[in-house]
Amino acid sequence: MDPYALKTLNAERRARRAAILVTDLDDGRDRIVREGDQVAGELGAAIAKAFRSGNSGSVEAEGRTFFLNAYLPQPRLLVIGAVHISQALAPMARIAGYPVEIIDPRTAFATADRFPDVALHAEWPEDVLARQPLDSYTALAAVTHDPKIDDFALKAALDANCFYVGALGSRKTHAKRVERLLALGATADQIARIHAPIGLDIGAASPAEIAVAVLAQAIQAFRSRGLETRDAAA
Amino acid sequence: MENSIYLDEARDPLIVAEGWMKDGKDVAIATVVETWGSAPRPVGSHLVIDADGNFQGSVSGGCVEGAVVAEAVDVIESGKAKMLEFGVADETAWQVGLSCGGRIKVYVERLG
Repeated sequence: MDPYALKTLNAERRARRAAILVTDLDDGRDRIVREGDQVAGELGAAIAKAFRSGNSGSVEAEGRTFFLNAYLPQPRLLVIGAVHISQALAPMARIAGYPVEIIDPRTAFATADRFPDVALHAEWPEDVLARQPLDSYTALAAVTHDPKIDDFALKAALDANCFYVGALGSRKTHAKRVERLLALGATADQIARIHAPIGLDIGAASPAEIAVAVLAQAIQAFRSRGLETRDAAA
Repeated sequence: MENSIYLDEARDPLIVAEGWMKDGKDVAIATVVETWGSAPRPVGSHLVIDADGNFQGSVSGGCVEGAVVAEAVDVIESGKAKMLEFGVADETAWQVGLSCGGRIKVYVERLG
């Protein structure tokens, strides 16, 4: 392996950015491809697939054998609001392979008793996100109903290109939210990325059922990410 | 740790390999490139080895690491990459013992 490739790869992994190490198994030469880099032909198609699935494997292309080793950051779910839905969402998401962190400045809500074994921040989202910035391998679900708590985090999630952005509230509530986010400088394209009302439409009634709908929608967003741009280019 | 959102700097094989390289050590990197049956470690898993035979990571959960480390020391000396295959059908692999019944292909290359 090229030492420069190793350094580049580790830097990308530390920064929670996806990268693929492409090794030509015939001559041993390798290079790093970052997500978004353009690679043409059969190899490019295989690389795009590996970025989506996260699966590593060999591929025959241009008469050669390449090994694609995909290094995807661990996807995670950040929940704004230590509410009833979050109590069900945190353990479900963890089981599904999406570690959860919860932020809620209301100390009556954000208690260890209500959220055993969950990374919990009884602070304002502004303060937590300043320390732990969002990224495109983070899903954000805002479920407090309180603009003072949700809005900043939603805008930050859109700016960081989080793979999923969901917000709890009726269509009427969301219409008002859209006006506030536009005033904060969000673009119409960004607004369109918000899933509101939150969750897949499965007729969820209880907090736990809403949690299922939110988790399923976040997984769907993760597994189909990048498909929009590919379809647009086709 | 499984599912941590942060790299485990002390145990991550590629981070360890970069550290060894910075310390001026010769390093080999072994990677699982193919598996059949009940292989214990997925494709893409790494084992990194230095010229003294120190290693970090795993390609099989303990079954064939000894053999890979021995081959890696050769690869570090020669600079020539090797493709190793282990499985129950293979005499050498039987001796080193992939008792789980799987087969794996491991690519071993020198760093630099």
